[in-house]
Amino acid sequence: MTLWAGVRTGARGVAWYLKGLLGEDAYEKYVAHHAASCETDAAGLDRAPHPLLTEREFWRDQTDRQDKNPQGRCC
Amino acid sequence: MGVTSSTTKEPTALKRIPHDLAVALDPEELDAHDRQWTPLKILIWSVISLLGGLSWVMLAVVRGETVNAIWFVFAAICTYLIGYRFYSKFIEKHIVRPDDRRATPAEYKADGKDFASTDRRVLFGHHFAAIAGAGPLVGPVLAAQLGYLPGTIWIIVGVVLAGAVQDYLILHFSMRRGGRSLGQMARDELGVIGGTAALIATLVIMVIIVAILALVVTNALAESPWGVFSVGMTIPIALFMGCYLRFFRPGKITEISIIGFVLLIAAIVGGGMVNGTEWGQTYLLLDKVTIAWGIIIYGFIAAILPVWLLLAPRDYLSTFMKIGTIGMLAVAIVIIRPEINVPAVSGFATSGTGPVVAGTLFPFLFVTIACGALSGFHALIASGTTPKLIQKERQTRFIGYGGMLMESLVAIMALVAALSIDRGIYFAMNASPALTGGTVQGAVAFVNGLGLTGVNLTPNMLTDMATNVGEESIVSRTGGAPTLAVGLSHIMQQLVGGTSMMSFWYHFAIMFEALFILTAVDAGTRVARFMLQDSLGNFFPKFKNTSWRPGAWAATAIMVAAWGAVLLMGVTDPLGGINTLFPLFGIANQLLAAIALAVCMAIVAKRGLFKYLWVVALPLGFASVVTISASFLKIFSTTPGIGYFAQNRAFANALAAGETSFGTAPNVLAMEAVVRNTMVQGVLSIIFVVLSIIVIVTAIQATVRAYRQRSNATSEDDAVQSQTYAPAGFIMTPPEKVLQAEWDARPAEKKIKVKGH
Repeated sequence: MTLWAGVRTGARGVAWYLKGLLGEDAYEKYVAHHAASCETDAAGLDRAPHPLLTEREFWRDQTDRQDKNPQGRCC
Repeated sequence: MGVTSSTTKEPTALKRIPHDLAVALDPEELDAHDRQWTPLKILIWSVISLLGGLSWVMLAVVRGETVNAIWFVFAAICTYLIGYRFYSKFIEKHIVRPDDRRATPAEYKADGKDFASTDRRVLFGHHFAAIAGAGPLVGPVLAAQLGYLPGTIWIIVGVVLAGAVQDYLILHFSMRRGGRSLGQMARDELGVIGGTAALIATLVIMVIIVAILALVVTNALAESPWGVFSVGMTIPIALFMGCYLRFFRPGKITEISIIGFVLLIAAIVGGGMVNGTEWGQTYLLLDKVTIAWGIIIYGFIAAILPVWLLLAPRDYLSTFMKIGTIGMLAVAIVIIRPEINVPAVSGFATSGTGPVVAGTLFPFLFVTIACGALSGFHALIASGTTPKLIQKERQTRFIGYGGMLMESLVAIMALVAALSIDRGIYFAMNASPALTGGTVQGAVAFVNGLGLTGVNLTPNMLTDMATNVGEESIVSRTGGAPTLAVGLSHIMQQLVGGTSMMSFWYHFAIMFEALFILTAVDAGTRVARFMLQDSLGNFFPKFKNTSWRPGAWAATAIMVAAWGAVLLMGVTDPLGGINTLFPLFGIANQLLAAIALAVCMAIVAKRGLFKYLWVVALPLGFASVVTISASFLKIFSTTPGIGYFAQNRAFANALAAGETSFGTAPNVLAMEAVVRNTMVQGVLSIIFVVLSIIVIVTAIQATVRAYRQRSNATSEDDAVQSQTYAPAGFIMTPPEKVLQAEWDARPAEKKIKVKGH
């Protein structure tokens, strides 16, 4: 591995960590979960109990849920 | 799939290999690996032990002129590593007994939203950011008046034996119960009386904690146009970020956080310019009462605004700043290695007459430093979001125990930062205005009059420092935050920028603390509002509906009024505020810890693990003794500086005798304020101690009952077979690497093996 490749791997790692920490990957995880839960349904992808939310809908739903279920921060 | 009723207690037959791949390592193989002491392992642990031992000797035994800060860091890290490797492993093996064959709530309740498997390293950062706030930064600063050693020992030993144990156990127990909250677990384990007492205690404690955090910010921003401007600017910055995420680019959190961070730095620099202008001095030089009212009004509005607009974006900023600044401080301390010129144990430890916080070392050290050693508030976090995100059971040790060790390290660094500044300046900043008169001359006379060896404060030292950090004055800037900011700027300027950058670093530190205190105030008000609505709903069913606007607003107003009243009381207190109120904060936090540990003890007893009950009983006993004796001193002590009611009587008697000034109160109005404040503080102490005694007694009853019945019961959710695998710690062990490689080598179409709803 060259130095440059090492730097790129490192930077990608930092970006991955930061995204995870701030919760930016929430939509990806939701989509993956949705796809996985549909997989068991042999007839087609859109038969899941809830239709897949678009990215915009998902984030709105996300903060609306936080409104209804607030989490404390520590001192 | 999912949770079945918990009436059947037949253990499900769990498989280690449910399909073609193992979801857990063989416990015997794990154990064998732990017990296999290769020469390299022996060498590493010998070095860690020797370095740790040497550091403790340097701190506790060797008495030179000064002691280098690096020994604090080494003593802490080596002790943490030993505690993590040996003590938490012991707890894991005998009490927690994780089973990776069992699915975690994130797996069996997976909804892709609230319950979602999260990488252990990411979740570690997430959990750390949620537990570490202003507490570990403020407490150690105030406790520095006792000398460097008592605080250091309590932070390091306390976390290993108490704080991290509590966090770990609560996290694991909550995870085994589908992510149940502390309040629910208290009701399940302690019955209605214990559960209700725990609930009320949590609510009251929440109010106190929010009030005192707000007091810390108020003290940091009063008489500081620079601070008011830069912290004030965080509001429009957060609003902008919120709108950006809502309307322009939803989900681009890292991107907007970086933009927000740049704007924050601009706000700090801008504050420096505003500080020099006339309008800045006219409109932003605010006194404490004005700032307190500002925070109260802000707190109400922030708590009724939707989360996306203010709370969520500021939370991103706060996380960003928190990780960055703590990392920066750690690097700076290691590179600069400041010399610390403070006695190991000061005379205030035994005399109890310290000007920063009144009282002797026992019990007041242990309530002054709560966060960083043992913090009950963490039990609310460890039974909140985190247990719903864990991938595998064995990860709770890394996240729960390890996360708390990290917070403890932050507390050690805050202590080092506070100790690294001149001791005379430290006391001038932290003695209340009632003692210094708020003037440079008064502060110099007061501090030099304390008779501390090696302390010789001159007026120039105070005015120079004030000029360097860009403040009007640094006299009586109580609350811990300004002292920490001076300490941080003192260390950082040696690394970057020199004296001319000190004012930037000072306000950077103030901003960093204000950010997460304001987030904690906002979030705390929201949580308290929901708890209140839930309780009110038992009498007025309409309140149960949390989207009913008038109800939500009324409940928010009640909670804001409650903490606002305590805040105003602290701000206007003729006795100084922080030094009378901070013990309440510490006591409240430790009592919550006693409640959490009491719940843990009841759970451990119910499972029949009496042989290892001491692991919980030890910190519970200590927390109970400390907080109950501190509360009793606050209630019954006849020394006016310590006992709230003694103070109350002294002032009431003076008023009755027709005196027009008494002690530090210059007039009748101030004397009446003292009478009022001490009564409120005294009553709060009584409420805390009574509620906690109820909880502890019910926990002991539950434990005895379990012992008599030879109990082997559990209130856990039923076990569900896990289908996934992930390693347990930060670094994979060799057996984990082998299994992980097998999972990585699976064909892509087989990778997702999650069942539907």
